[in-house]
Amino acid sequence: MDNAIEVRTLVVERGKRTVLNGISCDIPAGSVTGLLGPSGSGKTTLIRAIVGVQIVRSGTVTVLGRPAGSAPLRRELGYVTQAPSVYADLSVRENARYFAALRGLGSVEADRAITDVGLAGARNQLVGNLSGGQRSRASLACALIGDPKLLVLDEPTVGQDPVLRADLWTRFHELAAAGATLLVSSHVMDEAGRCDRLLLVREGRLIGDDTPAAIRARSGTDDLEEAFLRLIRRLDEVAA
Amino acid sequence: MSPHITLATAGRILRQLRHDRRTVALLLVVPALLLTLLYFMYDGSGATFDRIALIMLGIFPFVIMFLVTSIAMLRERTSGTLERLLTTPLGKLDLLFGYGLAFGLAAALQGAVATGAAYWLLGLQTTGNAGLVVLIAVVNAVLGVALGLFCSAFARTEFQAVQFLPVVVVPQILLCGLFVPREQMVGWLEGISNALPLTYAIEALAQVGISADTTATMWRDLVIVAGATVIALVLAAATLRRRTP
Repeated sequence: MDNAIEVRTLVVERGKRTVLNGISCDIPAGSVTGLLGPSGSGKTTLIRAIVGVQIVRSGTVTVLGRPAGSAPLRRELGYVTQAPSVYADLSVRENARYFAALRGLGSVEADRAITDVGLAGARNQLVGNLSGGQRSRASLACALIGDPKLLVLDEPTVGQDPVLRADLWTRFHELAAAGATLLVSSHVMDEAGRCDRLLLVREGRLIGDDTPAAIRARSGTDDLEEAFLRLIRRLDEVAA
Repeated sequence: MSPHITLATAGRILRQLRHDRRTVALLLVVPALLLTLLYFMYDGSGATFDRIALIMLGIFPFVIMFLVTSIAMLRERTSGTLERLLTTPLGKLDLLFGYGLAFGLAAALQGAVATGAAYWLLGLQTTGNAGLVVLIAVVNAVLGVALGLFCSAFARTEFQAVQFLPVVVVPQILLCGLFVPREQMVGWLEGISNALPLTYAIEALAQVGISADTTATMWRDLVIVAGATVIALVLAAATLRRRTP
């Protein structure tokens, strides 16, 4: 299987607003793909469609060869929502153990995931007493348990200090090298360069789907933020 | 649904509760304190105290567990943990039964403390066995949990969730026969009363009050309350969607 995720002409409406407007893309297995775009562009909605919790209007999302959200996929998926979705009134360890138990795993796997995100020293603290960055790492730890084949991470590095952020990206690439597929959303462009592929989303449409190098070459700049801007301007000129 | 995941979920909910010591203290002590209040209100009138305290032993766990569950479930929805859970192998019924189990256990503890205080400290007298009172209290608590799980689907905020208490719980208390004997109600009110599950729980308790042995009416009433609980849980499962707009 070459593609872990295949999205075909996906349309999502929320109320009267069209949030995703016919998106199609492929995400290769064993890669780290960055999902980039401004706030409100539809990143989270695309992620929700891929993990199978979004009601879609039309189009298909295929994950690991099955329709998104189908029951067997729930064992293969690690999902981190944008706001840290862990229990604030439990310790880091109690959270990790619960999410491990849901996958039929025990405390060894839970503790390893906590160490992986650098929270071993805080594992007995209540999540509610942690800093924002620690809290989102606790949430990340719960998704890493059991080496899922697909990791979908909605802005996992917000609020992390630069050293930790670098560590996390190294870890993401190790996981991809071991065969996992990672989809990581971000609105920080300096993280885009760390991805194998980039999906650029704006106003519910896909405006770029390529390697960082190809996007740099196409837009004629090394700065990915500037490259994103140029792509948008070019599209606006075509439209005008 | 898997027993392993259901138990892990119940354990997680109890652990959350354990970290919240103030809630645990309130859960365990408040019903006993309210019964003490009743005791002094009906000072010297043992029969009236016996009747009302017995009914209250069934009403407290119902009300408290309804409230606690609606808020807890709403927190799962608003914090994003519910969305995340629904992308894992956890089944909807694992979650719902997990809540029923965890708060049912908490209610058993609460019922034991309240019933113990009522019989030993406040001199409550019933013809039937105190153990049956605890049993009915626990079944009532689980009914409260099930209704709370169902109602939380219709609330977006804590403010809304709390408003379901006067809508769902208070009418059941008013019409269960505590204030006006049910047979003295106008026909249509008695009809509504017949359709409300708390009515049967209170009737079961009254049976324990007057009869030394368990009666057929009491068992029938308990089965009705348990049946209403199952219906509420099934409705709660139906309102719990993996996919949302």
